[in-house]
Amino acid sequence: MSDQVSVLYFASLREQLGCDREDLQLTDELSTLEDVQRHLAERQGSWQVVFGGSANILSAVNQQMARADTAIKAGDEVAFFPPVTGG
Amino acid sequence: MQTEDFSIDEIHSELRQRAGDCGAIVSFVGLVREFDEDASIQSMTLEHYPGMTEKALADIADKASQRWSLGGISIIHRVGTLAAGDQIVVVATASAHRRDAFEAAEFIMDYLKTDAPFWKKERTSQGERWVEQRHSDLSSTERWHK
Repeated sequence: MSDQVSVLYFASLREQLGCDREDLQLTDELSTLEDVQRHLAERQGSWQVVFGGSANILSAVNQQMARADTAIKAGDEVAFFPPVTGG
Repeated sequence: MQTEDFSIDEIHSELRQRAGDCGAIVSFVGLVREFDEDASIQSMTLEHYPGMTEKALADIADKASQRWSLGGISIIHRVGTLAAGDQIVVVATASAHRRDAFEAAEFIMDYLKTDAPFWKKERTSQGERWVEQRHSDLSSTERWHK
């Protein structure tokens, strides 16, 4: 529990992955958004397609838009989603 | 954020009271279109990111308040399933003179389209599809960076 981050997926990503949220265990190799994305891309099937491809994916840490090099720490809320289309 | 419809009259009255001595109120209402590309739209579902969406809208309103002299701002965005012709969003701004209200309303809508986490899924005669972001929306927001 103590070394985990919540990861949320929205819209087309959520549907492609068949997952809306999960908890990830942080490790020494998992300390930035980019690391999380690489870790998810190592999974098979749609995970590899979504995170390992050229799709434009936006990300947020603690509900603020965040760049790939953003550091993450235990208890953070991380989110991945496609470009937004409101209004 | 709400699933139910809104009344532009009520928003107008509320803003008029709250803003006090203002000479102008500008309001923009976005509607679900009946056609997109070449398919007719039967319904549209709007998804958002609870928590972050509220913060993003508050942040956009703050930016507008710093840039223009405004007496008040109202932003309501609907989520859930909507039909063609339904109201989706209203942005209303009040100011002493019209230019501030006009420009701020446009600024808020432009940023809402590129920075607020909402996603549209259309149900058309040809099936369901997620709406893709338009490049023209990104360039609309970029012109405010000057």
